[in-house]
Amino acid sequence: MTDEEVNILLNDLLEQYGYDFTDYSFASVKRRLQRVYTNDRFPSFAEFRYRVRMDSTYLTYLMEQITVNVTEMFRDPAFFQALRKQVLPVLATYPFIRIWHAGCSTGEEVYSMAILLKEMNLLHKSVIYATDINESVLEKARKGIFPLAYMQQYSQNYQQSGGQHDFSQYYAANYEYAKFSESLSEKIVFSAHNLVTDRSFNEFQLIICRNVLIYFNKELQDKVLHLFSESLEPLGFMALGAKETLRFTTVAPLFKPLAQKEKIWRKIAT
Amino acid sequence: MTVSIPRTLVIGGSAGSLEVLLQLLPLLDPACKLAIIIVLHRKSDNDSLLSDLLAARSILPVKEAEEKDLLTAGMVYVVPSDYHLLIEPDGTITLDYSEKVNYSRPSIDVTFISAAEVIKEQLACLLLSGANTDGGEGLQMAKAMGAVVAVQDPAEAEVSFMPKYAMGVVKVDRVLRQRDMVEWVMSL
Repeated sequence: MTDEEVNILLNDLLEQYGYDFTDYSFASVKRRLQRVYTNDRFPSFAEFRYRVRMDSTYLTYLMEQITVNVTEMFRDPAFFQALRKQVLPVLATYPFIRIWHAGCSTGEEVYSMAILLKEMNLLHKSVIYATDINESVLEKARKGIFPLAYMQQYSQNYQQSGGQHDFSQYYAANYEYAKFSESLSEKIVFSAHNLVTDRSFNEFQLIICRNVLIYFNKELQDKVLHLFSESLEPLGFMALGAKETLRFTTVAPLFKPLAQKEKIWRKIAT
Repeated sequence: MTVSIPRTLVIGGSAGSLEVLLQLLPLLDPACKLAIIIVLHRKSDNDSLLSDLLAARSILPVKEAEEKDLLTAGMVYVVPSDYHLLIEPDGTITLDYSEKVNYSRPSIDVTFISAAEVIKEQLACLLLSGANTDGGEGLQMAKAMGAVVAVQDPAEAEVSFMPKYAMGVVKVDRVLRQRDMVEWVMSL
């Protein structure tokens, strides 16, 4: 696909469906579209475009393919350890804990968070709002069913993050799948939210958004970081991905790093 | 569109390529006006160790690539572990945490292909030792876009599979022995 064709398709997605990828990383979106175009063996760009415009089921699939949905439980164990040791003890002092997990994808990190809260006896007074642009990945997240083959790695991550228990107590193994306990998911609200177009919907003490901003251009990063800042209570926490930073952004003065290495900041001004 | 992007060399390596880089980097001096990107397969942990190690040996400044870094002549960028690196049309870097490619993240193909699409004939690619097929498809693409492509001589590569595989899928411009690499890089 040429750059022009990519732009034509992005324009269709915006005009026809309201999905705005124009402030996304062009290189990433192009690569994702190219991948679908090749894998689905379209004979021409025109036919690819026609399918996207005419077939809403295909659109749902395409949306899931454009955005990156690679995630794991307790990914970057040191990050979850920092949450456990430095963030949750502070949140524990609140009567009621509200967490927003933005760009949650299929939910692996959300369930990880729920496990942390449960182990610190905080889950009963918490609500995790887990949002993503894709309804189809949210559907997977709601089910809390992940391939059993991944559990060994997840269990190892969990232990490295400071987990003391037997990880397998959190799921029921059934053939090739592990279904996570409903006692974890009953405090999670999954819903669609588009960081590009939708507004804040509550005030939180912790916002987690990892490996989402890397796909946005500078302007959109700034816009989303302001959205997060406005959605945080004073002294609230914001956590980003391992290669994301507040440096050189316009919200930088409003935050101070809590654990620089683990990309957690605390809101100190408005 | 590519006018503001400096001539760029992307070096891809896997098993057996670290030693090659450790010998090559100290010999590149400030006269080198290339932006150099190093994509090296490795375990996903102990991250910044690699860029620290390379920086200690290099005269040219070495940094771990960060998202939105603007490719700059005379700089060496090391792709962080567990991310792919893409090049934007404006010459900035995007880090990407999508599926592994050729069982690898970072994948050499991903960066070769992305750089080829944007930098075209101002790009050179060098593929070193390794036990993987990564890099072959990327060299093909780079060559098709007018880039200069080279591989380490399989005869002296610690693991010959990767350069050999690439030579099977693309007609490379140069097959380089270690001792010829510096001259080749400085001539780009």
